[in-house]
Amino acid sequence: MSLLEIKDLHVEIGDSISGRGSTPAKGKKVLNGLNLTMEQGEVHVIMGPNGSGKSTLTMSILGYPGYEITAGTITFSGTELNPMPIYERARLGISIAYQTPPEIRGVKLRDIIRIAGSKPLWNPQDEPEENIATPLLKKVGLNPEQFRDRDIGVGFSGGERKRAEIAQVFAAMPKLMILDEPDSGVDIDSLKTIAVDLGEYIKENACACLIITHYRHILPYLKPDIAHVMCGGKIMKSGNPFEIFTKIEEKGYCEYLGLCPPGIKEETERGMKI
Amino acid sequence: MSWKEELTKKASDAQDKPAKFGEDIDISQFREEASVVQQVASISQLPDDVAGNAKSVGINPDEDNRSGTFFQLDHSVVLACQKKEMEGVEVLSTTQAISQYDWLKDYYWKAAAVDADKYTAMAELHQNAGYFIRAKAGARLTMPVQACLFIGTQGLVQSVHNIIIAEEGSELHVIAGCTTHPSVSSGMHIGVSEFYVKKGATVTFTMIHGWAEDVDVRPRTGAIIEEGGTFISNYICFKPVRSIQMYPTATCVGKDARVRFHSLIYGSKNSLFDIGSRVFLQAEGSRAEMTARIIAADSSRMISRGHLIGEVSETKGHLECRGLLLGNKASIHAIPEIEGKAEGCDLSHEAAVGKIQQAQLCYLMSRGLNEEEATALIVRGFLDPEIPGLPEHLKYEIKRTIEMTSEKVM
Repeated sequence: MSLLEIKDLHVEIGDSISGRGSTPAKGKKVLNGLNLTMEQGEVHVIMGPNGSGKSTLTMSILGYPGYEITAGTITFSGTELNPMPIYERARLGISIAYQTPPEIRGVKLRDIIRIAGSKPLWNPQDEPEENIATPLLKKVGLNPEQFRDRDIGVGFSGGERKRAEIAQVFAAMPKLMILDEPDSGVDIDSLKTIAVDLGEYIKENACACLIITHYRHILPYLKPDIAHVMCGGKIMKSGNPFEIFTKIEEKGYCEYLGLCPPGIKEETERGMKI
Repeated sequence: MSWKEELTKKASDAQDKPAKFGEDIDISQFREEASVVQQVASISQLPDDVAGNAKSVGINPDEDNRSGTFFQLDHSVVLACQKKEMEGVEVLSTTQAISQYDWLKDYYWKAAAVDADKYTAMAELHQNAGYFIRAKAGARLTMPVQACLFIGTQGLVQSVHNIIIAEEGSELHVIAGCTTHPSVSSGMHIGVSEFYVKKGATVTFTMIHGWAEDVDVRPRTGAIIEEGGTFISNYICFKPVRSIQMYPTATCVGKDARVRFHSLIYGSKNSLFDIGSRVFLQAEGSRAEMTARIIAADSSRMISRGHLIGEVSETKGHLECRGLLLGNKASIHAIPEIEGKAEGCDLSHEAAVGKIQQAQLCYLMSRGLNEEEATALIVRGFLDPEIPGLPEHLKYEIKRTIEMTSEKVM
């Protein structure tokens, strides 16, 4: 039995989804027969031009409302995920580090880390020294004194946001972690520490990892087994991650996928239509 | 005419004067008479259901960690005392304080107008006690004084007049809890409160309301803050009520005087809240900060007002209202006003009203919370009382009270 098995997945997205740059109109088909299989402990990279359906894939795995599966299945550890609500999927062992987490005033970072780890909110009466979030914050390089009592996301820098996300993923001890562009908006030094932490965690815990990225910088630390190139709502090519990156960097998506003549890159920018 | 007769005349003339804001209440529909309740030596001698409801609005029944206690049941002051070792504070009924201190006439109705409306008039013409709390010069009382105004008779109108004086250099914390007996469903409460914060003194006043669903409430509050004085007023109400309308007003008369108003309100059922705060900055270096956190659930209608007036230069003030709508039948109306009357006053406001964002809910749900748990966490976070200026233990205690109350109503 595979950890994650996605078969012939078709997804349409509705108008309840807002705030995403590449959101198509209501009832827009985004995934068109996507297949993906991940085994326990495997690290997969997903790349693809903007609008190719990468985010829709993650949202569909997580179970976000508004992402309607019109055909196909997503199975996790033998359990069919649709129509299971988001929180039940989280409890099954799926955890995501968001690209752009929301700000939530009044909800403390220490508490969301504890929640991710299925622990109650911090109560100083029972637990004078907070001891769940504190070590995890240290682990991801956030000073617990400064960050424990901060409101989620409020006033965080790009790097701090990523680290806070990863602390929550670590707390959840997932079977599958999804990293949505863990390298966007992060400086090179932060990126390295984040990547080293993630790499160690994945190795120690035999945690499967699905990474969405446009860049290769973190790959040496995460040692991916395979990369997939998405386009038009399905996976077009899969193979050795480093070889694929080299080719895409050289040729661009369009030419690499053999979809348009060399030199026409504008189409790629806007998202490809096939 | 004596000073008292003059006030009576002014009040009589205003007897039918409706308030500027809020629904006009026919006071005559409520009963004025209540039976006399005997004095007690401590709150523990009061019936359990009285002490229990008082506890839910922050009144500590065993009087631990309190400098003093005032307890008024209907029109009877059943307890007014300060701890023996607390020499710096005095807790009396206003009625007694007036007969005892001739100088009190210089404070009585000086921070609030007796003829403001029919409710202030009522409080003068049919006054039923209220509390007098005085922190003596230089006394620093880190333990709060607690004051409870309790309606124990169905359909009663209770009208009290409170006076709080913090003398020069003193520090005074007051927790005022207002509530009703479990058997009371309707009634009216009129509460006049006057604050005098003298040079270099600090007063924090935390008022927790927990009324029955059919009670009308008309507090009338005025505060005068002298040089270097600080007045922090927190208002908390999480229980449904028929209507509450108030517009407490603080005036900074001395250099570097500071005011902070903070309200946390959860409106539910058919509650009608019209809550504001107003600050006049009349002296150089005076500062004001007013914040409101308002949740409107069910069919509640919430009006959040604010008025900041900078009358001289080198003054600064900020007014902020955040509203959260739960459901489609509730409404929030934020009406912030700022008025600069001199060059060099720095005044600003911001207001935001909206519903819980789907992105926030889904985020928390992807961490393992179901939708109800996620909503509750966001709502609690929204009402998180970050109130600067309170001693740590008091902050913790208020937080506990809020949690206790919010668990019951949300």
